[in-house]
Amino acid sequence: MAVTRLFGAKIRRKEDLRLLTGRGKYTADIYLPGTVHAFFVRSTYAHARIRSVDVSDALGVEGVIAAFTGQDIKDALGAVPTAWQIPGAELKVPKYMPLAVDRVRYVGDPYAVVVASSPYVAADAAERIKAEFEPLPSVTNPEKAVQPEAPQLYEDAPNNTAFVWRASGGDVDGVFSRADVVVEQRMVNSRLQPTAIETRGVLAVYDRYAEKATVYMTSQNPHVHRLLLSLITGIPEHRLRVVSYDVGGGFGSKIHCYGPEAVVLYLAMKLGVPVKWIETREENFKSTIHGRDHVQYVEAAATRDGKVLGLRVKSYANMGAYLSTAAPGIPTILFGPMLSGPYTIQAISVEVVGALTNTAPVDAYRGAGRPEATYILERVMDLVARELGMDPAEARARNFIPKDMFPYRTPIVLTYDSGDYERAFRRALELAEYWRWREEQKRAREAGRLIGIGLSSYIEICGLGPSAVARATGFGLGLWESTIVRVHPTGKVTVFTGGHPHGQGEETTFAQIVADKLGIPIEDVDVVHGDTDLVPFGLGTYGSRTTPVAGGAIAIACDRIIEKGRRIAAHLLEVREEDVVFEAGRYYVKELPERQKRIQEIALAAYAAGASELPPGTEPGLEATAFYDPSNFTFPFGTHVCIVEVDAETGQVNILKYVAVDDCGNQINPMIVEGQIHGGVVQGLAQALHEEAVYDERGNLLTATLTDYLVPSAVEAPDIVTDSTVTPSPHNPLGVKGIGEAGTIASTPAVANAVLDALAHLRVRHIDIPLRPEKILRALRKV
Amino acid sequence: MPRRMTRRARPRATAEAPQETVPVRVKINGVEYSHNVEPRLLLVNYIRDVVGLTGTHVGCDTTHCGACTVLVKGLRGDSWVAVKSCTLLTTQVDGKEVLTIEGLAKNGELHPLQKAFWENHGLQCGFCTPGMIMSALGLLLRNPNPSREEIKWGITGNLCRCTGYINIVKSIEAAAKEMREKGITI
Repeated sequence: MAVTRLFGAKIRRKEDLRLLTGRGKYTADIYLPGTVHAFFVRSTYAHARIRSVDVSDALGVEGVIAAFTGQDIKDALGAVPTAWQIPGAELKVPKYMPLAVDRVRYVGDPYAVVVASSPYVAADAAERIKAEFEPLPSVTNPEKAVQPEAPQLYEDAPNNTAFVWRASGGDVDGVFSRADVVVEQRMVNSRLQPTAIETRGVLAVYDRYAEKATVYMTSQNPHVHRLLLSLITGIPEHRLRVVSYDVGGGFGSKIHCYGPEAVVLYLAMKLGVPVKWIETREENFKSTIHGRDHVQYVEAAATRDGKVLGLRVKSYANMGAYLSTAAPGIPTILFGPMLSGPYTIQAISVEVVGALTNTAPVDAYRGAGRPEATYILERVMDLVARELGMDPAEARARNFIPKDMFPYRTPIVLTYDSGDYERAFRRALELAEYWRWREEQKRAREAGRLIGIGLSSYIEICGLGPSAVARATGFGLGLWESTIVRVHPTGKVTVFTGGHPHGQGEETTFAQIVADKLGIPIEDVDVVHGDTDLVPFGLGTYGSRTTPVAGGAIAIACDRIIEKGRRIAAHLLEVREEDVVFEAGRYYVKELPERQKRIQEIALAAYAAGASELPPGTEPGLEATAFYDPSNFTFPFGTHVCIVEVDAETGQVNILKYVAVDDCGNQINPMIVEGQIHGGVVQGLAQALHEEAVYDERGNLLTATLTDYLVPSAVEAPDIVTDSTVTPSPHNPLGVKGIGEAGTIASTPAVANAVLDALAHLRVRHIDIPLRPEKILRALRKV
Repeated sequence: MPRRMTRRARPRATAEAPQETVPVRVKINGVEYSHNVEPRLLLVNYIRDVVGLTGTHVGCDTTHCGACTVLVKGLRGDSWVAVKSCTLLTTQVDGKEVLTIEGLAKNGELHPLQKAFWENHGLQCGFCTPGMIMSALGLLLRNPNPSREEIKWGITGNLCRCTGYINIVKSIEAAAKEMREKGITI
């Protein structure tokens, strides 16, 4: 790599200037002449048969253009596909129609749509739709849903069981029979609402003569959306353009394909005018996917000296009313293998029951399966330590995979690429002044104050992922990534990426990769993404994959450009190719460094393409396409430490200190890495302390506004001390691993462990998250 | 956690037919606009859909998230105050002045708040950013030298899902310093 070292520099972001001046282009910001507006009518019942839907009154409202029911469009549109069909789990995929036809299955399930001249009129008219329902009994809890007496959502999914997925490795029964101690705990991993501040939206326009549609939408993966929308609507893929310029946060919720997205596209075709739909916040909370929601039964076997030998986990995972795009893979493929974490656990067995319930579909939300596993493991470490009267730090130290054991094969199929878990752990303890706080805790307890120290050591599966693994686990596509790196005649560069950053800053980090590789100024590199007519097919941004996988593709494309440039340079310098050295943007003759050509001169020669400029048989132009399919996942890791004080009077938790030491391999832009950790930690601690999606007995979402769903404000966000260790990934072209989800994965158990540690001496063993004041007070009152 | 108020996203039409329109005159970013609007039209919809300034965003339209925050002069005496533009009707700013994110940079030069957010990585997806900056400006106009705690409370009505607020608070601190030193306000 070049000596300029733009790779690794804290450079302010290229994307910021437009976002800071109000010139970002989010979906709602796109206005097309003649646009009409859609409003979806949604079920207020958790479960009901639709007797009739009468739109005639709505059609009478001035300004209303059309109204359709699920019945009206059921033959025009196909079902919304479930794209991750896990094998060997008797998967039942219920029919997921874009608009409900004869039954609604959750509060928020859309069953009709009104189109009008303005969103105001459409909302007014929607209130005139008369629908008759026959209410049916409903169930929202995943554990209750799979019992035989539960109300049934589908005839073809007995006991509401979408799948039963099992995996195991090692001699599980053996280690449990040999164990000195076995700890058991039921844990609820609470349900969450992703809450990107930008809600979802679509603006679709159809050209009847060219038979071509353009869909502007909030997407984390425009090509995947194009493919799925093509399957639902029948519009051929080459006549469908999906554009997603700026996206106001996704956190997984904008990966998935939703019925209304296809309906808006259908309306644009049918009506011949642009149709726009921007979700309200209430709709977003009720019908955009939710995350997590597991009821877990955990057993851990350990030796007297704190070695955890094995785990048995049974989890009831709530899938909601339909199986969303990636849903079956999240609580299974991305959960079970994660259960070994950074530890030398020999034997693990896991069974996951996917439950269909009368709730919004549940799918990938930041971390997606990995936080649910890490939470179990880190609670287990504390419970084992407690059982043995051992410090939780000591228990972890006895279980880490030693750094000389990599590549390390886990009981359930993974091969960890590289790691030095103990080093990050030691650094975190040191920064947190762990042992001093333990002393402080003793003194505080004597004074009647409740101080707690929580640890969380994690690994993350990132860089999704090898296509062979994706396909073997039933994912609908490979998980490679694509790029075109185009050097223009003046040596300026445009990078087209199949990744789709929406806050992660890759317009900057990708420019850093290219500028560093090609030895050119960063100002000379721009990154284009998010338009399926411009960029090659790409899988998009999620799973902390964009920097390792899309970045890897860019690195490979740059290498191809450098090699082609070397041939041209050798021709121009009249030497053999092997005598040409490329360094910091120039090609020079090995023994005569003053004989050189800058890469900009090479670019010009490549496009001029005269006989003196290009060696015979060389194609003109200077660009490279690369599809990078990683050979393995990457495995970032780290340790977070949280110190809290719990107010015994009010149950309020105050975070006194938070330390995050993360290792995501090489860092391209440490400023951005730190930002990802900050945001991730606050999102994760929100699950530990504040946020929870709650349905009542009748399936009403009680947390359908930001009054009730407690997203942290600045006041709830603690200061965070960050540091990192660097253990490059040996198989990634850039040695990078990914950092998008680490904070969220690590912080929930760190904070929960801290709060429960504060209450440990009062014989409080476990409280399910979120650890809100009322729950803490109730637990304190019990003891 | 402070509790937030809730209400219906869009005001209902009171009459059967679409409402009569009323004339409004509003100065936005120094430019005088006059339109006939429905009385129920929210200010944020006026700014975005009628005037075409799309830097002011809608994240909830129920006055929780603050993405739509703008400054208005003339609501409370003659000073600029930060308000959530989804909580005002357009008619309520008739004859008044509004400043949106698009009006903050002067002659191609970023306002200290914009600069500080850039330098301190105070934004990621950028969706909450315009509202966050306008809210911070409202705070700094009434308290040019806030403590860290005052900044946090000052932006508690603006939600950000990406940054964890740490770099936002840092950005506002840095901007406050520059604004004090250089005597910059709006």
